[in-house]
Amino acid sequence: MTWVADNLGLIWEQLREHLYLAILPVILGLLISVPLGYVATRYSWLANPLVAFGGVLYSLPSIALFIVLPAILGTKVLSTVNIVVALTIYTVSLLIRNVIDGLRSVPVEVRQSAVAVGYGSMHRLMAIDLPIAVPVIFAGLRVVTVANISMVSVGAVIGIGGLGELFTQGFQKDFLTPVVVGVVLSLLLALVADLLLVVLQRLLTPWARVIAAPPVEVA
Amino acid sequence: MWEYLSDSFNWAGPEGIWARILEHIWYTFAALGISAAIALPVGLRIGHTRRWTFLAINLGNAARALPSLGLLMLAVLLTDQIGFLPVLIALVALGIPPILASTYAGLSGVDPATIDAARGMGMTGREILTKVEIPIAMPLIVSGLRAATLQIVSTATIAALVSLGGLGRYVVDGLKLRDFPQMFTGALLVALLAILLDVMFAVVGRAVVSAGLKD
Repeated sequence: MTWVADNLGLIWEQLREHLYLAILPVILGLLISVPLGYVATRYSWLANPLVAFGGVLYSLPSIALFIVLPAILGTKVLSTVNIVVALTIYTVSLLIRNVIDGLRSVPVEVRQSAVAVGYGSMHRLMAIDLPIAVPVIFAGLRVVTVANISMVSVGAVIGIGGLGELFTQGFQKDFLTPVVVGVVLSLLLALVADLLLVVLQRLLTPWARVIAAPPVEVA
Repeated sequence: MWEYLSDSFNWAGPEGIWARILEHIWYTFAALGISAAIALPVGLRIGHTRRWTFLAINLGNAARALPSLGLLMLAVLLTDQIGFLPVLIALVALGIPPILASTYAGLSGVDPATIDAARGMGMTGREILTKVEIPIAMPLIVSGLRAATLQIVSTATIAALVSLGGLGRYVVDGLKLRDFPQMFTGALLVALLAILLDVMFAVVGRAVVSAGLKD
């Protein structure tokens, strides 16, 4: 415990780096997958190849991507950009399927009604299609957020990894405490992020609560 | 990188590329085998009896949050040794949850009416499990094994950090020597191996899924 007290500053620093490295890719990935998914629903022949390609990208080991990316991007091997780009690739490769499924879950009648009352395609996407797709998109968002948080640590192998650096440190010094602290904080971070997403989803879909409420008994 | 790969000296011998690939495959399948030997029976039992279901559901979710690197270091420090055993423990810990969760999910997805019909035909519990539930759950069971394999094959790379072999050697040694071509070689080979295993599972999946389930 004294180790924790002595190193609070360092732990805090790494926790912040960890959070940044895990969450920024989720946001970037969402910003990329929504337009991409929208295009794929308009040109539906694109959907299957996109999802399949995403599956292949997701199967690439993270450590491999962290190392190969600099050669492609021209960044330094020890740059945080590689981690962010790698995790963004994972986020998009997983989210694209949820965005497409979510947008496809919009009932035809709803879409036609929106067109009939004069919604343009952009306005309809923002005001009708995306809100309806929120539950499906959020299901994917929760998976990638938790996966990203656990994957950031692997970056410690190449020297950038937020809490993952506690793992390599503990290992090098043959000292258990930092490893346990790192694992626990990483799990907690994932738990909190997941809870926040659940809350955010509820806020974004107030109508879901009305539907979920038990039906009023009719006498 | 091509220079490194095209030099035949780098391919042969006990520390050559072929040997590293075989080591990597050996770690992967050893861990996968043990994970499956533990997770499949447990998942089948939970799915068949519908008891302890919260365990199967929550374990699958929680496991995604486990940092693999931390788990490996934890296993090394707790077993107080370096080598195959802690790596195996860490890899098995990563392999069990996806197999368990999707085996359970596969079985719980079987229509209760189908099971009733099987029971009505006079099938015993064991027959229902082997002739009805498992065949119907097969696509999900295979996808659980596939997810576990990908997780294990990629984590086996960091086994080199605790002085084991496998393709991770190139990554770890390359990093120490600032020999980036060597790192790329390792990374690329792991990625290729992962894709290869993924394709293999897709083929196996097709072969073991009952014809009645294909559309």
